[in-house]
Amino acid sequence: MPLIESKRDVDTLSMTFVAEFDADVERVWQLWEDPRQLERWWGPPTYPATFDSHDFVVGGRSAYHMTGPDGELFRGWWTVDAIDAPHRIEFTDGFADENGEPADFAEPSHGVVTLEEVAGKTRMTVVSTFANAESLEQMLQMGMEEGMREAIGQIDAILASQPVI
Amino acid sequence: MVVGERFDSELSAADVDRVFQALADATRRDIVDRVLQREASVTELAERYTMSFAAVQKHVAVLERASLVTKVRSGREQLVHGNPDMLRLVTRLLDRYEDLWRRRTAAIEDILAEDPPSAPPAPTLAQSVEDTPPPQK
Repeated sequence: MPLIESKRDVDTLSMTFVAEFDADVERVWQLWEDPRQLERWWGPPTYPATFDSHDFVVGGRSAYHMTGPDGELFRGWWTVDAIDAPHRIEFTDGFADENGEPADFAEPSHGVVTLEEVAGKTRMTVVSTFANAESLEQMLQMGMEEGMREAIGQIDAILASQPVI
Repeated sequence: MVVGERFDSELSAADVDRVFQALADATRRDIVDRVLQREASVTELAERYTMSFAAVQKHVAVLERASLVTKVRSGREQLVHGNPDMLRLVTRLLDRYEDLWRRRTAAIEDILAEDPPSAPPAPTLAQSVEDTPPPQK
């Protein structure tokens, strides 16, 4: 498991994840910048994500949707608040209604991602902050009921059927 | 809007919010810590803080509304007990989010594993045709 650390802060409803990857910073940055790579890991396996647009510049907007097991669509959006390629991105992530407009049923969350080289590997730190517990819960309701084993199996199947990008 | 099945049927979103708000205060977190270890009366708790009895009573009421503590009458006193079940539910909520990132991290690992280590990016078909030297005659 590449995850090396996680920390919760109940006071501010934020969580910090630190993982190290055996790849250089530019390669890990591509996983965020290239929508075709991003959608392969962003959505839970049973709610795969598709990025319909992905404008990876300051002020840029992304639109994505996740497809549930019964074909139902859940739409989301990002706005890029700050970017310093290939080391740092700050973005806001929220749900959208069927017209792609920000939905009013949950407050967006804020994410800060930093990539740094540590001993030939890339350390990725993700800090996510939620406006309130309800917004966190809304997000968790998608696809979180599945077990880890099934999730990994599904990813393996997808990767095995796709050529290397 | 309800998306998917509620994972904590015993806890509504409003309940969860009350719990987080209750825990967002240092004095209230301290009270929860104390009464989880050992029940205490509001009077006993009030002696430990510089604030008034009424202020401590108010903190206990916030914790009670969030189901983090329960009050049980014992003679003339109200004894405050901690509720470990509620704390476990809150922890579970945060555990779920950690799981999401564990899965994402595992998926990233798999994508990275497809790349041969320190190899140049795979050329596109068009480039590879251009880059191929003409066959030697």
